[in-house]
Amino acid sequence: MKNKYDVLVIGGGPAGALAAKTAVEKGLSACIVEKRPAIGAPVRCAEGIGQDALHEFIDPDPRWISAEMTGATIVAPDGFVMKLESEFAGSKVGYVLDRKFFDRELVWKAAEAGADVAVKSRAAAPIMENGVVKGAKIEYCGKVSSVHADVVIAADGVESKFSKWCGVDTTVPVREIMSSVQYVMADIDIDEHSTVFYLGNEVAPEGYLWIFPKGKRTANVGIGISGKKSGDGHRAKDYLDRFVKKTFPHGKTIEYIPGGVSVCRPLECTVADGLIIAGDAARVVDPLTGGGIYNAMFTGRLAAQVAADCIGKGDVSKKALMPYDKQWRASKMGKAIERNYHIKEYLIKLPDPKLNEIIHSVAKLNLKEFTTISLVKEIIRVNPKLVLELGALAASLR
Amino acid sequence: MPRNLIFIITINEEKNQYDLSMLKVHRDICGYCGCCVSVCPEGALELIDAYLSVEKNCTSCGVCAKVCPLGALEVVNEK
Repeated sequence: MKNKYDVLVIGGGPAGALAAKTAVEKGLSACIVEKRPAIGAPVRCAEGIGQDALHEFIDPDPRWISAEMTGATIVAPDGFVMKLESEFAGSKVGYVLDRKFFDRELVWKAAEAGADVAVKSRAAAPIMENGVVKGAKIEYCGKVSSVHADVVIAADGVESKFSKWCGVDTTVPVREIMSSVQYVMADIDIDEHSTVFYLGNEVAPEGYLWIFPKGKRTANVGIGISGKKSGDGHRAKDYLDRFVKKTFPHGKTIEYIPGGVSVCRPLECTVADGLIIAGDAARVVDPLTGGGIYNAMFTGRLAAQVAADCIGKGDVSKKALMPYDKQWRASKMGKAIERNYHIKEYLIKLPDPKLNEIIHSVAKLNLKEFTTISLVKEIIRVNPKLVLELGALAASLR
Repeated sequence: MPRNLIFIITINEEKNQYDLSMLKVHRDICGYCGCCVSVCPEGALELIDAYLSVEKNCTSCGVCAKVCPLGALEVVNEK
């Protein structure tokens, strides 16, 4: 690690890896600092990603794809099972990744392109000059060194601290943190090509419980519940243990992963003087699905593109970096976040009987597109009354 | 004093006594996921690899203890 880079990237997840790779491809020097001793671990992710979303960034490789999905199953609060298959039966709609290898691959690609990587290296404080971020104090094996940079990209995940130290409030509202636990389970009876989502206040209050297959008889089995609904005796782990005991009494848990997923609106502003915030740290997780891999890669790449422009022009002020904030908000991803936030806010307020009613009504759909939005459109089509309840949102979907 | 023992002293004038509260990290339960860090309004928590650090500006508000998926955090009150 040198003491000066064009771009310093805090965090070696998908956002950080794409930021560093893009920066060096633009001719800049870049370094990723990752506080953990290993890239990709611990996983803290259900590992699902849509087919098209993945292909936009990288060609699938069996080394880091655990399983291919051809459908999804939604289990209503009353136990009614709705199966969704893509228009072309058997064709794949998404993947369940093996993030340990996927993240490593992304960082390896950044390194191969010319980025430096430092693991077990923690950004312990920003270097600030007159309110402008100029780099970070990096702690490695008990020693602290100063690393200066023209632009710092904070891609430090859900537990992000760097932006907060720079004066940006990144606090997630209690009701909008998904308090989560996941077990990687082996020897369980599952449909290995379909994700399963369990809904309802008894199963997962203001969240959902998932089974994301990782292969034959093995899956990520996890749950996220609203922080508001969490407390002694009714925590995410309590709900998951109850489900597992009932559904997979003979399954074996081979990994135990707690976590937090933000489902709030993104940060009000994702840039500051000399600083760009990307991925989970920017709170750009899809508020409806909790999915964040694509959004992290998207914002990470864009952050480096804008940083390169600004460094080239010699102006890395907040104003100069604003195109990053504007562009992701105007993108398909940004619009999906805003729209899905409204849908999430609507769905979490639904009582179970109403949710049952909706799921029963759409059970026989044959979706042309396999996206959450096409599902919501169909829900509205067969439940025209919802247009009134969803108001302006419904209009924006047409 | 260990870094995870942070006492907050509030003076209760009516009862003429001190209230002590403290955020306790049950390290045998903590899974080092950082869920708590994201909701801390004071920025008093930090996940340093596999160690949850509690800084002096913790107010023992208990938000972190509520959202913890495992129940690893506890606000302990002593009169």
